Amino acid sequence: MAKGESKVGAARPPAPGPSDGAESRIPNADVPAGGFVQLLTPDGDHVDSVTAADGTTYSVDFTDEEYRGLYRDMVTVRRLDAEATALQRQGELGIWASLLGQEAAQVGSGRALRTQDMAFPTYREHGVLYCRGIDPIMPFGLFRGVDQGAWDPNEFKVNMYTIVIGAQTLHATGYAMGINMDGKTGTDDGEAVIAYFGDGASSQGDVNEAFIWSAVFNAPMVFFCQNNQYAISEPLERQTRIPLYQRAAGFGFPGVRVDGNDVLASYAVTRHALDRARNGEGPTLVEAYTYRMGAHTTTDDPTRYRIASEVESWKAKDPIARFRAFLGKQTLADEAFFAEVDAQANEVALNLRERVLEMPDPKPLSLFDNVYPNGSPHLDAQRDQMAQYLDSFEGSAH
Amino acid sequence: MATETLTMGKALNRGLRRALEDDSKVVIMGEDVGKLGGVFRITDGLQKDFGEDRVIDTPLAESGIIGTAVGLAIRGYRPICEIQFDGFVYPAYDQIVSQVAKMHYRSQGRLRIPMVIRIPFGGGIGAVEHHSESPEAYFAHTAGLKVVSCGSPQDAYTMIRQAIASDDPIVFFEPKRRYHEKGVVELDTPLSAAEPLHASRVVRPGTDATILAYGPMVRTALDAAQAAAEDGRNLEVIDLRTLSPLDLGPVFESVRRTGRAVVVHEAPGNLGLGAEIAARVTEECFYSLESPVLRVTGYDTPYPAARVEEEYLPDLDRVLDAVDRAFGW
Ligand SMILES: Cc1ncc(C[n+]2csc(CCOP(=O)(O)OP(=O)(O)O)c2C)c(N)n1
Repeated sequence: MAKGESKVGAARPPAPGPSDGAESRIPNADVPAGGFVQLLTPDGDHVDSVTAADGTTYSVDFTDEEYRGLYRDMVTVRRLDAEATALQRQGELGIWASLLGQEAAQVGSGRALRTQDMAFPTYREHGVLYCRGIDPIMPFGLFRGVDQGAWDPNEFKVNMYTIVIGAQTLHATGYAMGINMDGKTGTDDGEAVIAYFGDGASSQGDVNEAFIWSAVFNAPMVFFCQNNQYAISEPLERQTRIPLYQRAAGFGFPGVRVDGNDVLASYAVTRHALDRARNGEGPTLVEAYTYRMGAHTTTDDPTRYRIASEVESWKAKDPIARFRAFLGKQTLADEAFFAEVDAQANEVALNLRERVLEMPDPKPLSLFDNVYPNGSPHLDAQRDQMAQYLDSFEGSAH
Repeated sequence: MATETLTMGKALNRGLRRALEDDSKVVIMGEDVGKLGGVFRITDGLQKDFGEDRVIDTPLAESGIIGTAVGLAIRGYRPICEIQFDGFVYPAYDQIVSQVAKMHYRSQGRLRIPMVIRIPFGGGIGAVEHHSESPEAYFAHTAGLKVVSCGSPQDAYTMIRQAIASDDPIVFFEPKRRYHEKGVVELDTPLSAAEPLHASRVVRPGTDATILAYGPMVRTALDAAQAAAEDGRNLEVIDLRTLSPLDLGPVFESVRRTGRAVVVHEAPGNLGLGAEIAARVTEECFYSLESPVLRVTGYDTPYPAARVEEEYLPDLDRVLDAVDRAFGW
């Protein structure tokens, strides 16, 4: 249901009181009922720290260079995303799932990960991949249709993309249980796991089971839900009648809502939750309150289910614009810096384009590769049959 | 008699609309089926005209969709559940196999679950993983479920209405890559006068070999028959339409005449529909066969990346190759 339209037959539950969640100290009409952790307003004003209802105080401690680095990250991932959308429009990708609008949630949480931490993404976490140092070309195998997203999860400590909604939250939980079993929690340099998922995914059985497992086994987990307000066409009210972060309480661990368009708060909240986890204090649910500015994917037409004024109102909360305003106000960066970042992002994007266009199509017989670690005589025979069949066509080279 | 030229997608939409009009107990539920009209627009406009209580956007959970539909059915409703893509039916598999399929049996006939589970299936659309699978054998293997697939706009329109009207739980496979293909649809034939739902049908008569197909492969088989005709071979094509129970009477009759049978499906060959059909044709038509029943299927691998899917999928050439092999036996 788009904002501003009447809703038939479905009374909304009353908005939770201010004590239910984190409270921003910054007066802001756009704060959702129940509040959220915010360190940077849409106008780019920064508060040093904010104390949530549970008494946790959040702040960041970045060098000037690190602040500028966050800006560069966000601009770069947005620029790469735009290039991907263009490539899809030109027929070079089968589909693309844009992260537009979610840069702060992804870069903030992605940069909050420590080297030893492991991430389990959905299909939209291109910004997280980028922060983990994964070559931006990696997800393009999947979206171009030349492979199924095959980077080495152990090398980068990011699992492959998972398209089946919610499944990765269980994988993350199991991985986190393994960390416990290996005795790698309980210290400041312990390991933690972050599982990304969406507001829609919060309805899946798998996600709820992951909550239960994590709680029961005190797994070092951060459930990072990017609430971008939509699951394709379905608005949040189709998935929940309470703010998502409040669900955690029923499972027995803390939940916190953060302004997902605020990279500083996203960083601070995620870092805190990860450190709790690595110290043996168990799971946290983070709800990053954000907005999917683009279509669900390039095949989607959001004009069918949401109104333009809603999108406009979120534009005013843009994560990059506010961070740029912040850098300017604090004289951490000047126009020359912004121009240089744009130019560099552009270069990275054009380089990516070139390499995407050069990605080779898979060979027909590669169909049979890697079905089993130990192979299969049946498949070997099938591969031979296919080779013979292809040979029967003149000039075939497979 | 009203006829219209419709795409298969539109024909399904019209069939669903008719069902909603004809029976106030019919409800549609699924992800994005309301305002969006489904990702393939098969339910386009239905929520607007029939309301949010009858065309229900559900929370994002397939097990929930099917499980609650079971309850609605016990309560007297006739739920039509949309699974967004073939590869997303598995979270609901337990509900379908353990609950939907067995309610009537366990209750000694007291409970009926008149549910239709619509699944856009099959490949050839250049999609990412989980969007191109052919899971029909999993369901055909399960007693208590009926499984059908439409191969033309007319069948789409008629079969969806018949499936909804049936008290059996029916898994209804829609060949998504054919959604945009057009055909003339007769809209007013009463269901009682239409061909029964669980009947296969000769869609091209022939004399030299019998090609058996369903769903997306019906068009492929017809194209192959057309090409073979140019080489002087006269192929009969049968659209199986019903996958469980199979209606093999017309198949036996055909194979006894032609002496050769080729089964075509996108799903992997191993333990697929083709295996069952080959066994039964062999049992019934052994003395008429000039060659073994051959299969043209997807390979026994996971569905591959889009840029190699054309190699994986049966196509005209692979069908003709099998026909050649049948003649060369
Ligand atoms: C099990 C399953 N069901 C359905 C889908 C189809 N689908 C893909 S994305 C999506 C919506 C997901 O919404 P959300 O979890 O909020 O994440 P977002 O895409 O908004 O980031 C759906 C229904 C799927 N991928 N997996």
